[in-house]
Amino acid sequence: MSRARPLPAAAAAVRRGDRRALARLITRVEARDPTVAPVLSALYPFTGKAMVVGITGPLGVGKSSLINGLLAQLRRSGKRVGVIAVDPSSPFSGGSVLGDRIRIDRATEDDGIFFRSMASRGHSGGLALATREVARLLDAFGMDVVLLETVGSGQVDVEVREVATTSVVVLVPHLGDDVQTMKAGLFEIADVFCVNKADLPGADSAKRDLSELVGLASSDGWRPTVLSSVAAEGLGIPELWSAVEAHEQYLDTSGTRLKAARERAADELLALVRDRVGRELSDAFEHDAKLAALLDEVVGRSLDPRSASERLYRELRRTG
Amino acid sequence: MAKTAKASPIRVLIAKPGLDGHDRGAKVVARALRDAGMEVIYAGLRQTPEDIVGSAIEEDVDLIGLSILSGAHMALFPRVLKLLKAHKASDIPVFAGGIIPDEDARRLKKLGIRAVFGPGTTLEEIVTTARGIARRRS
Repeated sequence: MSRARPLPAAAAAVRRGDRRALARLITRVEARDPTVAPVLSALYPFTGKAMVVGITGPLGVGKSSLINGLLAQLRRSGKRVGVIAVDPSSPFSGGSVLGDRIRIDRATEDDGIFFRSMASRGHSGGLALATREVARLLDAFGMDVVLLETVGSGQVDVEVREVATTSVVVLVPHLGDDVQTMKAGLFEIADVFCVNKADLPGADSAKRDLSELVGLASSDGWRPTVLSSVAAEGLGIPELWSAVEAHEQYLDTSGTRLKAARERAADELLALVRDRVGRELSDAFEHDAKLAALLDEVVGRSLDPRSASERLYRELRRTG
Repeated sequence: MAKTAKASPIRVLIAKPGLDGHDRGAKVVARALRDAGMEVIYAGLRQTPEDIVGSAIEEDVDLIGLSILSGAHMALFPRVLKLLKAHKASDIPVFAGGIIPDEDARRLKKLGIRAVFGPGTTLEEIVTTARGIARRRS
């Protein structure tokens, strides 16, 4: 890459391996601080190397324990790993308790791991944007693998999941019948199914049911792998990682990686523009007299919402 | 519609250094801080000072709360402060709770622990103090 321009200080610090600089940048990205744009832009050429793996599943299925197992395995093979653990914010107080670090046994001061907890902060869309950028920061920091943990339900998680190149859906026996699984939208997103806590009764039948279902569910020609684990005892972890690697390899050999990357890029651009327009508009509704008048018309039934939005859209196109 | 809150929530790390397994107090405080709108990174039991400082840096917290009942506070708390300094992170304030004799509390405050809460402190007092000492971002 032939760019002579010096990196912004924060970007240079990340490339140097400054953990505090990285942590602070993540905070700014999370806060959707617009001044972070030049830093992200300067770091972009250093990204695209890390494998981003989503670990999704309902509360209590053992995602953090699986991540703990994967961390140990990946560190043993010399890989540097970033972890982003997303937990919900309380819709009432806006606060949250982020407890995913508890499950992680890591060697004190192991620089090959960077673990960051993120609260969903109630914004749909915005979280996916932030997560994608945080994953990229970890990539630019030199991480080989980024593990992205989310609670797998609802739109936010599906969006966040789209950040990953391989998605692991974690389930446990007796979570409900297969219709529940379909309802949660987990079939569409899984490249690998992991039935954790496989020492519990019902594990074999859960695995069998899933195997039958995935036979019907292949997208892009990949038939999701189904395997089981007992994460708390480290069982099934090597197999899980092999399945992730097999999917990553499939992305290359089948030529779908590029197509998926283009889709993700389109999603991200769309989301960024939508995010920006949305924010400008919601600000404008509060401060712009013309927009306030438009709202009055809609509320007073002299203009319907679709016509009003049409007028707004034309206005945006003209002034934009 | 809710306004888009511009200010990010205060992020606070709650950890238990030392070997005692009594985490009820830490959990109650964690929940109170969450209910006050903070993002609480709960690190759990048996954290070494190195673990605590490493987590505080990775999570970019505005505040660290340490809970201890083992009596090892005079060994562990100064070590946390020293490590924060070594990592150029002394701007992250630290408060403490647990069974800490008054004399020790005075010495710890002199060393830089911003507040020490003993048994009987109300949650309201902890929340108000935490909010008051948390590092504020520009």
